Amino acid sequence: MATLNVNGQTLTVDVEDDTPLLWVLREQLGLTGAKYGCGIAQCGSCTVHVDGAPVRSCVFPVSALSGTAKITTIEGLSKAGDHPVQKAWAELDVPQCGYCQPGMIMAVAAMLKTNPNPTDEDIDAEITNICRCGTFVRVREGVHLAKTKKA
Amino acid sequence: MTNVLNHLSRRTFIVGTGAAGLTIGVLAACSKPGDPGQSDLEPNPEVNAWVHIGHDDIVTVRIARSEMGQGTLTGLAQLVAEELECDWDKVVTEYPTPGENLARERVWGDFSTGGSQGLRGSHQYVREGAAAARIMLVEAAANEWGVPVSECSVSKGVISHTGSRKKTTYGKVASAAALLAPPLEVQLKDPKDWTIIGQPKLRLDTADKLTGVQVYGADLKLDGMLNASIKASPKLGGKVKSFDAAAVESMPGVKKVVQVGDDAVAVVADTWWRANKAVQALPVEWTGGLDYSSAAFEAELDDGLTSADAFLGNKAGDTAAAFADAAQVIEATYRVPHQNHAPMETMNATAVWTPEKCEVWCPTQNGEAALAAAATAADLPIEQCDVYKLHLGGGFGRRGMSDYVVQAVQIAKQMPGTPIKLLWSREEDMQHGFLHPTTKARMRGALDADGNLTALHVRISGQSILAALMPQALRDGADYATFQGLLPSGLDPRVEDQTLKYTFPNLLVDHAMRNPPVRPGFWRGVNANQNAVYLECFMDELAHAAGRDPLEFRLAHLQDSPKSATVLNAVAKESGWGSNDGKARGLCSFYSFGSYTAACAEVTVDEDGYLKIDRIVAATDPGNAVNPQQIEAQVQGSFVYGLSAMLYGEITFEDGEVQERNFDRFNSMRIADMPKVKTLVMPSGGFWGGVGEPTIAVAAPAVLNAIFAATGKRMRHLPLKDQSLRDA
Ligand code: FES
Ligand code: FES
Repeated sequence: MATLNVNGQTLTVDVEDDTPLLWVLREQLGLTGAKYGCGIAQCGSCTVHVDGAPVRSCVFPVSALSGTAKITTIEGLSKAGDHPVQKAWAELDVPQCGYCQPGMIMAVAAMLKTNPNPTDEDIDAEITNICRCGTFVRVREGVHLAKTKKA
Repeated sequence: MTNVLNHLSRRTFIVGTGAAGLTIGVLAACSKPGDPGQSDLEPNPEVNAWVHIGHDDIVTVRIARSEMGQGTLTGLAQLVAEELECDWDKVVTEYPTPGENLARERVWGDFSTGGSQGLRGSHQYVREGAAAARIMLVEAAANEWGVPVSECSVSKGVISHTGSRKKTTYGKVASAAALLAPPLEVQLKDPKDWTIIGQPKLRLDTADKLTGVQVYGADLKLDGMLNASIKASPKLGGKVKSFDAAAVESMPGVKKVVQVGDDAVAVVADTWWRANKAVQALPVEWTGGLDYSSAAFEAELDDGLTSADAFLGNKAGDTAAAFADAAQVIEATYRVPHQNHAPMETMNATAVWTPEKCEVWCPTQNGEAALAAAATAADLPIEQCDVYKLHLGGGFGRRGMSDYVVQAVQIAKQMPGTPIKLLWSREEDMQHGFLHPTTKARMRGALDADGNLTALHVRISGQSILAALMPQALRDGADYATFQGLLPSGLDPRVEDQTLKYTFPNLLVDHAMRNPPVRPGFWRGVNANQNAVYLECFMDELAHAAGRDPLEFRLAHLQDSPKSATVLNAVAKESGWGSNDGKARGLCSFYSFGSYTAACAEVTVDEDGYLKIDRIVAATDPGNAVNPQQIEAQVQGSFVYGLSAMLYGEITFEDGEVQERNFDRFNSMRIADMPKVKTLVMPSGGFWGGVGEPTIAVAAPAVLNAIFAATGKRMRHLPLKDQSLRDA
């Protein structure tokens, strides 16, 4: 049994302790925005926020969460899909297949919270998600555009 | 037992875009995107196979090809909207199913999505279908008003009669139009009158990808569904001897342990996490299999570099005589390894099987092949099966194969009536790919005393894709696909889009086929990837040996292909080729999938040999450019795919087992590795070239040539990882 606060709601799930947060979100809670890409913290497709910090949820056992941790997934990033990152992404047509993008958007949103004005070097250091479609040029443009947008 | 099937009948399973968004199991027959639920109105019938228009004027365009990120869905909708003369802001899309296509005598044509054929392979009939719909809609309005069609015009889905100033909309006449006979002949618009084709329209499928709403195959959930994780023999060709189901049956959530075919086992559980944990814990005894080793196979590839047995690909003049007369003979050997496709979404399919029916939901690049494979695995007539396509989390050629569909059906068949979602772990995906073939090439060039290239011999040694996957396509044993981009013109109309654009006085291109026991596949760009490396890096070597400028040296052999010269000159000019600014630059020119492409890369290699790819200027002439901003995205994306392979990508086998089983050892580029990309979209009109694949070929050679310009060292073996870019 684990109690989680996800996107502002408190929920109880019946899972083994070692179940990664990713699979609790996807399978117990039906929040399939966070994706499985590698399961070993390499690709970032599964990125969600735990107390505002980006976390690769595929290697984050649900038992490691404190009862008060606030989890935010792509579904809860904004009410109407209008977070500055989402707006910038829509304007620049960033996604290709889109599979990596929930993780990419969550990683970028977390970076902008602690560093509202990232340089290209900051982006290189912070955003290490894999995108096999290769959207990186527009991801970078999108970060710079998102900086200028209000929620 | 058939609950799920009824719940997700065709009418309620529609993948839509734009205004309607993705809707699964929500839309009832009377509330298609085109019908906003007015209870007093019968929904409009389709105008024809390509187009449905609702009472609210929403235009639903039927898309036969698969969307995997390449933007084909939006591009095809643009083609339809152009000829239909509808309001672009009211366009949504849906996938017809392969089963419907079969039942309607393949009215939507080919579903397969590969070879950069999405638009160029279907533009004609798609546009004709839309033009026919427009003619029928206008005729319906004219009939209603009792006026001649010639006095009516249409713009953005609004039909007007000049004399009476009457107006109506497509939505109002759609059901009358559906009753009219289609026109026997249609006239397509002159490209100069296009207003939607050629515009940088935003994609129709973006919104749901930003909010987590987009449902991929991996996300699908059906009522009563169980989840499966699979493990196939880690050794090439190995089979299941036995497995101890009892050892895992009591693990949490486990419902069933099954054998899948003769080479795999799977666990079915309530959740995938539990299924996967159990399948990893399942004791399995494997039998047989091959002790294939990539390292050992190098010797066979080397043998093919000089052996007498070789298939002829292209020939001009007398190379032997020219080599005998040469002032200078230059020789070099190149090598490319196996690659996995590794799309971000691992292979998956969801199947439900009963003795009467089999249905499959899956991301596939080839709906019709998936349906045929499902029917065979289900042991049911194809008419009793169907496949519902979902957007792909990447394809790159991998999802043209149906192995994972077969497995899902094989599992579902052992649990009749229960929908089973089979999702591969990344480790499974890495171990059981259809790999980009491995080849080597021995390049030889003859230069005369004035530095002119008098002869070129390209000897390719290595794996044939067709020999393994489509042996019927071999010609007297030869695989012409191996010669992609190096073929002579006029050989066969089917490969005219993959021909060599250089003119050489004496030329020999041949292939010694050396097939490892590894299944090859079509990997984005296919054989253009390595053939461009071989040809274009060696052209650079020859120019250098001849003491000539690599741009001028190439142009001297492009006299018969002005379009190639135009894109090459454009990248050279844009990047400042020849300027004395100290930047290390490399060029590449290539033609494949019917498009003329070129690149100029700028790199920095520091003293420790650390590579930074600063910028690539790319140009493409695809004839008609349907959506320039999506072409730009495809150029950028194809560079990431191609350069990831050049830098890091390699699948190796030891004792018959894949060694790279996840992204820790099969690395992929990150944003920090990404160069700036400047894309010159240069459509010269009059033909339809590909977009998703052709530019991948020019990235790696341009970068490799730029590395030489920076360091003086030729990097001929890929990938570059673990090699020093500078001589010690
Ligand atoms: S799935 Fe978590 S980092 Fe790849
Ligand atoms: S958009 Fe397809 S993997 Fe990133």
